[in-house]
Amino acid sequence: MKIAVLIKQVPGSESALPIDSEGYWVDESSVTFVMNPPDNYALEEALLIKESNDDVEVVIVSMGPLRVQKVIREALAKGADRGIHILEQDITEKDPLVIAKRLSNAIKSEEFDLVLTGLQSDDTGMGQTGVLIGEILKMSTATLAVETIIQEDHIRIKRELESGWFQWVQLSLPASISIQSGLNTPRYPSLKGIMGAKKKEIHSLSATELSKEETLQKVNNVFVPQTNKQTEIIKGDIDQIVSRIIEILRTDIKVI
Amino acid sequence: MNILVVLESNNGALHRLSREALVGAQELGDSIFALIIGNENEEILSELAGYELEKVITVKHHLLSSYSADGYSEVVRQVFISFSPDLIVIGHTYQTRDFIPRVSAKLDIPFIPDVISISDKGFIKQVLNAKLNATISNLDNAAIISFQSAAFNEEQLKLGSCSNESFDVSLVDSDIKSISEEPFQEEEGDVDLESAEVLVSVGRGIEKEENVTLAFELAKVINAEVSASRPVVDSGWVDSFRQVGSSGSNVAPKLYFSLGISGAIQHVVGMKGAKNIMAINKDADAPIFEISDYAVIGDVLEIVPKLIESLEQSK
Repeated sequence: MKIAVLIKQVPGSESALPIDSEGYWVDESSVTFVMNPPDNYALEEALLIKESNDDVEVVIVSMGPLRVQKVIREALAKGADRGIHILEQDITEKDPLVIAKRLSNAIKSEEFDLVLTGLQSDDTGMGQTGVLIGEILKMSTATLAVETIIQEDHIRIKRELESGWFQWVQLSLPASISIQSGLNTPRYPSLKGIMGAKKKEIHSLSATELSKEETLQKVNNVFVPQTNKQTEIIKGDIDQIVSRIIEILRTDIKVI
Repeated sequence: MNILVVLESNNGALHRLSREALVGAQELGDSIFALIIGNENEEILSELAGYELEKVITVKHHLLSSYSADGYSEVVRQVFISFSPDLIVIGHTYQTRDFIPRVSAKLDIPFIPDVISISDKGFIKQVLNAKLNATISNLDNAAIISFQSAAFNEEQLKLGSCSNESFDVSLVDSDIKSISEEPFQEEEGDVDLESAEVLVSVGRGIEKEENVTLAFELAKVINAEVSASRPVVDSGWVDSFRQVGSSGSNVAPKLYFSLGISGAIQHVVGMKGAKNIMAINKDADAPIFEISDYAVIGDVLEIVPKLIESLEQSK
């Protein structure tokens, strides 16, 4: 079985996010990048499948400038077998459908049985790449998997629905599945893994050679959100705070 | 502008986010077509009959007796081809995330998800963990827009009348590549957070499992339900059916009384539609205060017992 894990490199949650001079995106020169945290759960799920089944190959696929090889290497150190890097210099590209077409073109010939993705990226948060690829490559799709069970020619997925509901879905392979964060505990790479990763192959492809798709949507600008909410700060000693809360409940909101 | 709104059934009733999507569509377009897929939608149809819409399109088929991404995406594709709207509008639910990207790829039109508002420059979406907002627009093509919970207020739905049309979809068995089993709950609870008028919601600031009883005691005296943020549920302190947020319930009560919740974006998307938000938190910089109507910077464990005591005395 061949599993592709799509991994994106994104700004870390503690990174500075200065807006660039055109107001178009963040100035990436002062950003610290990390592996997209939701993708780490997809990677762990692939590694768990590899450990509990025979003949499983886990291939990391990542698109972006040269810097994304760092997250591919990190995934290889954790136990993935090889990497595919789709070199995309135009880091301002943010159209998910174009991204999905390029990724699909890059991985089509690999004939993966399973494509795993995180539930969304922590940068643009479009949350659709895995499903788009599934449709483009005529795979079955499911999202928000909290449990996966591989059976002969199909996979059983426990999907998280809303409000504490779940559902089991059986999909024929090949399938593209997005993984809900928190379903497993992602491992750290071992020292042996880090050393071994240096010898593993990362195959580079150029995105623009893969397809020259037309962009259908664009980010016009980014800005810092303004809240226009009037907030009353309830101050005083504890008795004053409590009596003001009761007054609000009784006369302002009228819930008691 | 012609807009196709794709509606969602929530156990036979119209999903709140579908109502909000209809409000968004009424604001954006002049001619609204509302699509409802599935075989058991009488309650939804009678509700829709009272709204100002051009037309309600119903699709029934034996392969659509339960939801599947394969079936639903194919229906929306065929309806789109037949009605050629300028936009598809939908609520940003889990189901939307599951099948709408398939529609986007089938029709080769972009899906701009999780939109919080509309400006003259485009659709506004939170990016980078809600630290920034981005304005995104489609080019000269049609597009699919999904609206985040509380992007619009369902109470602003324009009333009027509309006609019905049933659409004949062409589906064959081999279109459906998945088998969906019946949905189930891990922990059964008869708690309906979505229709509660007041919620007392508990976060990590409650510190210990035994302190959770404070939330239940407060809820009892003000006749509220208890909900929680994900970390508290993950710790096993509160049942998962009480979880509010992107992986729990989407709520819009009259009062959301938050106790020790910091206000991570995953939580906020599920409750910011509340009419009134009151928050108690020790950390003055907690993001929950940015969306609060009433802010108490203080210790939940000191204030809440006092509050319960005073409420009981004043009864």
